[in-house]
Amino acid sequence: MTVPPHARSSAAVANAVAAERLRIVASLVRITGDWELAEDCVQDAAARALERWPDDGVPANPAAWLTTAARRRAVDVLRRRQTEREKLRELHALSELERDVTGDDVPGPYGDDRLRMLFACCHPALPMAGRVALTLKSVAGLSTREIARAFLVSEATMGQRLLRTRNKIAHAGIGFRVPEPHRLAERTASVLAVIYLVFNEGYAATEGERFRDDLATEAIQLTALVSELLPGDDEVHGLRALLLLQNSRRAARTDAVGDLVTMEEQDRGRWDGAQIAAGLESLAAARATGRPPGWYRLQAEIAALHATAASPADTDWVRIVMAYDALLALNPSPVVALNRAIAVGFRAGPEAGLAELSELETGGGLADYPLVPAVRADLLRRAGRYREAAAAYVVAIDAAGTEPERRLLRRRLREVGGADPAEPAR
Amino acid sequence: MKYLMFVTTDSDHTESDAAAAPDIEEWADYVQGRGSHVIGDRLRPAADATTVRVRGGELLVTDGPFAEAGEWIAGFDVLECADLDEAIEVASRHPMAYAGRLELRPFWPLGDE
Repeated sequence: MTVPPHARSSAAVANAVAAERLRIVASLVRITGDWELAEDCVQDAAARALERWPDDGVPANPAAWLTTAARRRAVDVLRRRQTEREKLRELHALSELERDVTGDDVPGPYGDDRLRMLFACCHPALPMAGRVALTLKSVAGLSTREIARAFLVSEATMGQRLLRTRNKIAHAGIGFRVPEPHRLAERTASVLAVIYLVFNEGYAATEGERFRDDLATEAIQLTALVSELLPGDDEVHGLRALLLLQNSRRAARTDAVGDLVTMEEQDRGRWDGAQIAAGLESLAAARATGRPPGWYRLQAEIAALHATAASPADTDWVRIVMAYDALLALNPSPVVALNRAIAVGFRAGPEAGLAELSELETGGGLADYPLVPAVRADLLRRAGRYREAAAAYVVAIDAAGTEPERRLLRRRLREVGGADPAEPAR
Repeated sequence: MKYLMFVTTDSDHTESDAAAAPDIEEWADYVQGRGSHVIGDRLRPAADATTVRVRGGELLVTDGPFAEAGEWIAGFDVLECADLDEAIEVASRHPMAYAGRLELRPFWPLGDE
């Protein structure tokens, strides 16, 4: 089959842009300090390639062609601006662009512009929503429109958020650089927190929210980039493992009509074996650092114990509860404690889980947490205390955050013989 | 870049935080050694503040700070740093980072956008 040169070159443009966009944008940001200019120049270079490659043929080194085209564009724009008002920074940028630096000319183990960009986007001096938006825009290369859809806001609102974030970078003097070695671990944690948030936005998406769904994939790709750039950080591998292992269950999470399926009832044949294998590989890389397990790695250990269990009954609940204990030691969060109570319910039976739960409730901290009634209802159902379970499900339905969750809880309510308050009596 | 660092009180810290605070002399040596310090000083408490306004052409001089608050500005420093990370590093070694809080505000020179 022959492919028309036009189609071949547009695919080549798309591939070259996907592979090189971040490197080119990041080097332009470092040189010019102008985030918007950098993005525009790469877009312009891609448009030029689409125009030229069908006639001239795909160049031998598409990445180099795009880099040169983007830099030429930057030189043109800066020259035009210079006539308006000369700025020292722009003059400096021009001379550097014209020297045609290679992009990774700063020595040292972290001499990579992509890494500088990641740390700038995830700087703790930026508001969290801005960090997330800018990371998706500048590192992942999503359009403002795509990010707006994913976060359920208008394109104009997202455009404003990106503008304010870039302005803060410029005005507050957030540098385009990798943090000092003694700050690297905490700044890496800030990068990982942004990626984890992106993933959860995507993972929590319900059916028909394709744009939100894609965020999970973007987050996993970001962990691939970070683990390439910071291979010595155990939590980077831990987060990548966690996201891959969680995402491996994605297809099994809903049934044919879009209803939620709990992990216990999921068809394990529908779990994605390739993602599980990749997740276990990242987990092994995290363990190989020899550090005591961190926040993400411990969660990945739990996800791995689920992923490798042949059936719910074969799950190693003893080790899962131990991992929750370790998580609680790192961060005594009520959500982790709640998950531990669920795990105890599987390890030692539902009555033990209920005992844990009531202990947590008397300890406080869980009071308004919306998942508590659902957890209690499930434990009561497992214990065969159907009347109490039905009453708890009614409370849980009221507290549930999304429609799919409510549908699942209604199904459970029917299973324990309760009457659904939302449905008319027959 | 120039930053004005407000040194403010903050009751939200523990005794062990305060005990861990380095000495102010140590900080002064550090910040002057690296050439980041432009000017700085302690400030008399809010009770010694005077607020000045002109309203309807009339000069209004009042006792006290412009805003009543539980926390007040106890001092200031002007820092000259390459970027925010450098300024954060300088601020993080100040004793009041442990027993108070520091706010970094970049200068906005007249004529800049």
